[in-house]
Amino acid sequence: MPYLGSEDVVKELKKALCNPHVQADRLRYRNVIQRVIRMPKLDQWGQAEVLNFLLRYQPRSEEELFDILNLLDSFLKSSSPGVVMGATKLFLILAKKFPHVQTDVLVQVKGPLLAACSSESRELCFAALCHVRQILHSLPGHFSSHYKKFFCFYSEPHYIKLQKVEVLCELVNDENVQQVLEELRGYCTDVSADFAQAAIFAIGGIAKTYTDQCVQILTELLGLRQEHITTVVVQTFRDLVWLCPQCTEAVCQALPGCEENIQDSEGKQALIWLLGVHGERIPNAPYVLEDFVENVKSETFPAVKMELLTALLRLFLSRPAECQDMLGRLLHYCIEEEKDMAVRDRGLFYYRLLLAGIDEVKRILCSPKSDPSLGLLEDQAERPVNSWASDFNTLVPVYGKARWATISKYQRAERQGPELPNTASFATPGPLIPEESKETVQELPDSEALMLVPSCQLTAEYFEKTWFSLKVAHQQVFPWRGAVHPDTLQMALQVVNIQTIAMSRAGAHPWKAYLGAQDDTGCLFLTELLLEPESSEMQISVKQNEPRTETLNSFISVLETVLGTIGDIKS
Amino acid sequence: MISQFFILSSKGDPLIYKDFRGDSGGRDVAELFYRKLTGLPGDESPVVMHHDDRHFIHIRHSGLYLVATTSENISPFSLLELLSRLATLLGDYCGSLSEGTISRNVALVYELLDEVLDYGYVQTTSMEMLRNFIQTEAVVSKPFSLFDLSSVGLIVALGAFQFGAETQQSKVAPSSAASRPILTSRSDQSQKNEVFLDVVERLSVLIASNGSLLKVDVQGEIRLKSFLPSGSEMRIGLTEEFCVGKSELRGYGPGIRVDEVSFHSSVLLEEFESHRILRLQPPQGELTVMRYQLSDDLPSPLPFRLFPSVQWDRGSGRLQVYLKLRCDLPPKSQALNVRLHLPLPRGVVSLSQELSGPEQKAELGEGALRWDLPRVQGGSQLSGLFQMDVPGLPGPPGQAPSTSAPLGLGPASLSFELPRHTCSGLQVRFLRLAFRPCGNANPHKWVRHLSHSDAYVIRI
Repeated sequence: MPYLGSEDVVKELKKALCNPHVQADRLRYRNVIQRVIRMPKLDQWGQAEVLNFLLRYQPRSEEELFDILNLLDSFLKSSSPGVVMGATKLFLILAKKFPHVQTDVLVQVKGPLLAACSSESRELCFAALCHVRQILHSLPGHFSSHYKKFFCFYSEPHYIKLQKVEVLCELVNDENVQQVLEELRGYCTDVSADFAQAAIFAIGGIAKTYTDQCVQILTELLGLRQEHITTVVVQTFRDLVWLCPQCTEAVCQALPGCEENIQDSEGKQALIWLLGVHGERIPNAPYVLEDFVENVKSETFPAVKMELLTALLRLFLSRPAECQDMLGRLLHYCIEEEKDMAVRDRGLFYYRLLLAGIDEVKRILCSPKSDPSLGLLEDQAERPVNSWASDFNTLVPVYGKARWATISKYQRAERQGPELPNTASFATPGPLIPEESKETVQELPDSEALMLVPSCQLTAEYFEKTWFSLKVAHQQVFPWRGAVHPDTLQMALQVVNIQTIAMSRAGAHPWKAYLGAQDDTGCLFLTELLLEPESSEMQISVKQNEPRTETLNSFISVLETVLGTIGDIKS
Repeated sequence: MISQFFILSSKGDPLIYKDFRGDSGGRDVAELFYRKLTGLPGDESPVVMHHDDRHFIHIRHSGLYLVATTSENISPFSLLELLSRLATLLGDYCGSLSEGTISRNVALVYELLDEVLDYGYVQTTSMEMLRNFIQTEAVVSKPFSLFDLSSVGLIVALGAFQFGAETQQSKVAPSSAASRPILTSRSDQSQKNEVFLDVVERLSVLIASNGSLLKVDVQGEIRLKSFLPSGSEMRIGLTEEFCVGKSELRGYGPGIRVDEVSFHSSVLLEEFESHRILRLQPPQGELTVMRYQLSDDLPSPLPFRLFPSVQWDRGSGRLQVYLKLRCDLPPKSQALNVRLHLPLPRGVVSLSQELSGPEQKAELGEGALRWDLPRVQGGSQLSGLFQMDVPGLPGPPGQAPSTSAPLGLGPASLSFELPRHTCSGLQVRFLRLAFRPCGNANPHKWVRHLSHSDAYVIRI
């Protein structure tokens, strides 16, 4: 803290925050806070720091909470965005049981956030936009009346424009939809192809709620006949038809003619899919597909060929007369000349399917053409404020949650990697264990001296022989939800030196795995994991070649920890 | 908490590198940062990037990259603020922030960094504190000359010499006058006593194709750059009709209304309610005294209106755009460096133009039409007729020329500067200094009002 480290008040505050006895004495604590925040030397960096300190404090009662919040209220009006955001975060976290207080705070912080969004510093503007999006996830209507603040300027850098488009897409409501769509339409013809495509996708996102207006705009865009626009519009149509079946008619009318302006793989796939699934409503669908069949030899993307096979077979079911001949030609090409194995296999598969009879083909290929429930699921993503309050005013919203997850996972692996000892010495006492893995360790009971040997290499035959010769030493069930990701599990087990002998594929029913491990005394642990399709429990059976209960117990707790961790990650 | 701080030139050459904690790899991070920045995929933002367990956070300031690295999940707002504060400080100490000034003042910059940050923690950023520690003098490339009249920017001084007596002397100083280093106490007194006060407004406007106003947004700032000794008190008087919020009413007539105001923490507001006077004791250097925002209703008419008419003959692919630009400023004011930018449909090949004045210039570039008007007098009207061929946009043949614009045309955006004009109408009535300098030299006070466009977009 700036020249404040020596200030007695700060020392006292630091001490107070670490000391439960002082915290328990409410008045004394309040006094400390008050003295610190009134300190004239406390500049904005100091204020941000103090707010960060206060995060550690947990008020005991409601009265106490509001008392503290009142003390700190002035920070919300600070002219420095860093302090305002720090205060907001503190308020959100302290008031985690009072949603209306949280909403009030977010209303108060609206002004400073919007000011930061139109700040001269692009970088600050970007960080603010990211936080606006974060708030919108929980309070969708929060910024709706300020939608004009999020219109893009020509001179803004690309990354700000993209964020603004996302924000616009999220705050749309009945009152502003017309203006927002008009603005977005302007972006679709932007010089930058990336930005234009982002705008089109955004319109597609809004179309889930305001279908008619959006489909009309998208259809107009097709009239531009520009490759980069047409391909994205067609992809948007594909997703839209799947989620909102009511717009199928309009989409089908818009499609004819756009095949001339699509060159890339994604766009072609989308168009072919649409022609196949809804071909009976598009008069010239067979002829468009015929063009693709004619040129299949020069087609470079295998994915397009696969899509073409499926689409043509589907169209054949609804319009057999027009498609029979070219389906034959396509199958012939795919089976006889195609070099890509996946495409060839798909061709052969459909050929054999056709041999089985047309009813069989219908039964297999005529899946539902839309699934509106999927869209509803996506909309339900509205999250409570508490789920992100601790991430507020950190780098998490700036990176985006998904990217942050990969970054932090990578970092943890990076940090842990070299520190993990060679033998899985989970039971070595405290100081040697890296900070991060402490949590895992604490869950373990005090297992005496289980040292699993990393180099234990059991062959499958040896395992099988031993497995059948031994009796089950321990059997238990472990709560488990959903499917298993074998790769993750295998990796996790490797870390603790448990070797995977055999494992079923993901999604197999019942799912089984056989594991082997050996400790430093030569004692073997053989394990079977069994997941029955209906039950929500994983059955664990362990066999041991030397009957020693304490090592058995520690082995089981290691195994449980691993399974527990994997289960947590998944859910 | 910052691990490293460095400054890169726009081409990626490291100018300054400082490692505060010694916890992460050496100097090559600067190079790594630049490589990451230039190789970034289009959909990711460059503001925050990461490599291994290190986050790079940077701002771009006058063509330089100011980068901080950290391995903690810290507040982006505070860090970005710190970086811009550093930029301001460096600007204050070196005169202005540019590759040249930084490389001439490397020692000073390191000294400053040492004082501002310790082991990656902020110590202080206040001029007040820092002036006690910074010993190095800034190296200025060319001797500073107050009356370098080749400069374009205008700063008008209010009556400078007596308290309260507003003798409207119209003295003009070049805009570069403010870009000199804050001098330390040891330098001579004669140059010292100057204070620059800028009222700067950024205007962003969106006008619909039928001429109706969709959005007006004014972001205003009162910036002070003081070369006076610290602790000297000054009073800034604003227009008395200045109202904050929708409901407040002051004086006669519509008044000057803003939606939100925030002040720097050192501003004393006792006289603000009654007389609209800000009292403060500014430290040396730059300081944003007040920030304000205004949206949706503007007291004065918009500075520019554009009346476009478009003729679009689909058959022959001929596109004719007639633009009439009216400047609604008061006749005495003028707009400078006006540039109109009009995106065109793809595939425009030729351009023929008829412009209303000889000093104007129009050209095609990057799929857009650019029309430059160096100087536009208030109340004047300018026009340009542009004819283009757009062969790449085939439409249904045999249609009569239509007035509807083809897709891909527009929206037009204008950029300009309005010297001596504020869109909100806010003016600084007076700037009074409540101190007698020790020497005989009277302090010079320079006040400037300026508006410029942030985004001025007109849909067609």
